[in-house]
Amino acid sequence: MNNNKKILLLGDQAIALGAIHSGLSGVYAYPGTPSTEVTEYIQESPLAKEKAIHCRWCTNEKTAMEAALGMSYIGKRALVCMKHVGLNVAADAFINSAMTGSNGGLVVLVADDPSMHSSQNEQDSRFYGKFAFTPIFEPSSQQESYDMIRSAFDLSEQFQLPVLMRLTTRMAHSRAVVQTADIHHGNDIRFPEDLSRWVLLPVNARRRYNELLAIQTPLENAAAESKFNAYRAGDKKGVIACGIGYNYLMENFPDGCGRTVLKISQYPIPKTLVKKLLADCDEVLILEDGQPFVEEQVRGLLDESGKIKGRLSGELPRVGELTPDNVRTALGFPSELHHAPSENVVPRPPALCQGCGHRDVYDSLNEVAKEYDNAKVFSDIGCYTLGALPPFRAIDSCVDMGASITMAKGAADGGLFPSIAVIGDSTFTHSGITGLLDAVNSQSNITVIISDNLTTAMTGGQDSAGTERLEAICEGVGVAPEHIRVVVPLPKNKEEIKTILREEIEYKGVSVIIPRRECIQTLKRNKKIR
Amino acid sequence: MKSDIILSGVGGQGILSIATIIGEAALNEGLFIKQAEVHGMSQRGGDVQSNLRISSSAIYSDLIAKGRVDAIISLEPMEALRYKTYLSPTGWIVSNSTPFVNIPNYPEKEKLYAELSALPHVILIDVDAIAKEVGSPRTTNMVLLGAASPILGIGTDKLENAIGRVFARKGEETVQSNQKAFRMGLEAGQQQMKKAK
Repeated sequence: MNNNKKILLLGDQAIALGAIHSGLSGVYAYPGTPSTEVTEYIQESPLAKEKAIHCRWCTNEKTAMEAALGMSYIGKRALVCMKHVGLNVAADAFINSAMTGSNGGLVVLVADDPSMHSSQNEQDSRFYGKFAFTPIFEPSSQQESYDMIRSAFDLSEQFQLPVLMRLTTRMAHSRAVVQTADIHHGNDIRFPEDLSRWVLLPVNARRRYNELLAIQTPLENAAAESKFNAYRAGDKKGVIACGIGYNYLMENFPDGCGRTVLKISQYPIPKTLVKKLLADCDEVLILEDGQPFVEEQVRGLLDESGKIKGRLSGELPRVGELTPDNVRTALGFPSELHHAPSENVVPRPPALCQGCGHRDVYDSLNEVAKEYDNAKVFSDIGCYTLGALPPFRAIDSCVDMGASITMAKGAADGGLFPSIAVIGDSTFTHSGITGLLDAVNSQSNITVIISDNLTTAMTGGQDSAGTERLEAICEGVGVAPEHIRVVVPLPKNKEEIKTILREEIEYKGVSVIIPRRECIQTLKRNKKIR
Repeated sequence: MKSDIILSGVGGQGILSIATIIGEAALNEGLFIKQAEVHGMSQRGGDVQSNLRISSSAIYSDLIAKGRVDAIISLEPMEALRYKTYLSPTGWIVSNSTPFVNIPNYPEKEKLYAELSALPHVILIDVDAIAKEVGSPRTTNMVLLGAASPILGIGTDKLENAIGRVFARKGEETVQSNQKAFRMGLEAGQQQMKKAK
């Protein structure tokens, strides 16, 4: 079907539309900046609706990864989307999906966040791809994002292996014009030929691991011949430009780049091309957004030649994202500053919205916590993490999805009182329920506050998996019904909330308090729609 | 042509509505576009910016290098100055003059105005007052776009037409008030531009 159009799309949306046009049957995801817009685009696409592409949010990245693997098992094309730290949650399923292999095309789209614009760390997902022995794609432009997802599905089906596609923030959240291609129909149900590799008993896993290792050379050959990788001969100064590193390189040569350039957007790293570059050049600068994944491999443990430059040798900063400016410096060009930084400008950190229910929770909690000498509040990932900043300074930890309840449990087990957890509704269903079960089983003396705003707010208000069922879930896990307390977080209810907090802190066991009021952002939006 | 623009403001002020209009006009002209946005945590009342690049030839980087920006369009005066180091020697700042104070240590606004006025190419206008004159307080962003429109390298008429296309689904009245806001912003901006020269 002819479908040539020009559309202005975010990198995330280009992936989404490319996937729809490549015969996608389902997208599985948990929201996470900067990956959220892939799934949202598919949810809002009339074409996806017409094709009945499955696109409902999942409870977490692991359930998403497994559901996609199931869809791939029956021969259909499936996409999984998450942010980089989400891949930690999905890691068990992801690593083992390479062991089973896939059937229908399976692409795992992971958006990394170097510079930590909206994340706890800047882990580089390419390490996961190498760890799992999967091919990796890393687009350098929105057009490449659109084109590449189709190639990723094709490669996945050719090698019967999941493909990791890695974006970084600037590619995920930047718009450019994309030219669309023809629309492919989805696959029909077709079971895998080799059924034993899907049962990872040791006897099958050992055989399968050898097969997985054996296809690494063909995968590397595919990368060497990939249309997304390129070797362009030039002078004795070489550059390896990975993903969007290529853009910052070219930006600094408006009249054309005379250096010898190896552009890498498909992995495993094509060794033959790297060898050629090192032979052709006196020095090689490696530009990669994120951690020095390629640089470490090219350099190896023992390289002392001084020939390889990058983040490890200090030409580029060791941390933070690439920018046209730090690449400019690394290329040896002077910076162009015409104006000194302003001395009047002060930081403007993000804050909880005016009228947000989390504010009322923290107002009450702070006053009650002050009544105890050693109260500690373990918190979690979401808008309410902003409660760590002034004026609240209400929480003592934020580590990973669900860690509030389990850390509170560990601290209580060790003798802390009161040990309090603050978690959001969506984070609770993502990874809090199992921790709550642990706490119930060991009768830990903790007070869990599930601050319920009926949505996944921080990422823009996506559906929350446990809405209207939180009390039932807590009761089902084994929390005593009389210690599951629901309150409405409004200033007028402050004294009531404080009383309930005191009662449940004093109860020796697991208690859950659910302050429940709709997120004011989704409230405003829903009012407009109504 | 080539125009490198930083749009800035505070999360929630809606800087992306300005980007949408410029993007629509550029797309309609067959120009190349790159527009890097900020999503996620920083949107909650913090400082936000978007790098918008339009050009008649291919654009590589999604981000603009320091010292290369042709126009900083800001819905807030302190947020305009946050990106001062990005300004080229010929670059303009077009900013709303009304501060958005949601932090305890917000600087004295006279200091901000003095720093802005010391720059060679600045348009500082009270977009809220002009939007009130238009009769629709929600058109502030289009007032600001109007004031910046002569320096963007796309015809002002083309931007005005783009407003029509983008707002069309919201009805003729919305289109009219936003286009009026754009024209009043353009006029206010041109008066200041003459003074600057």
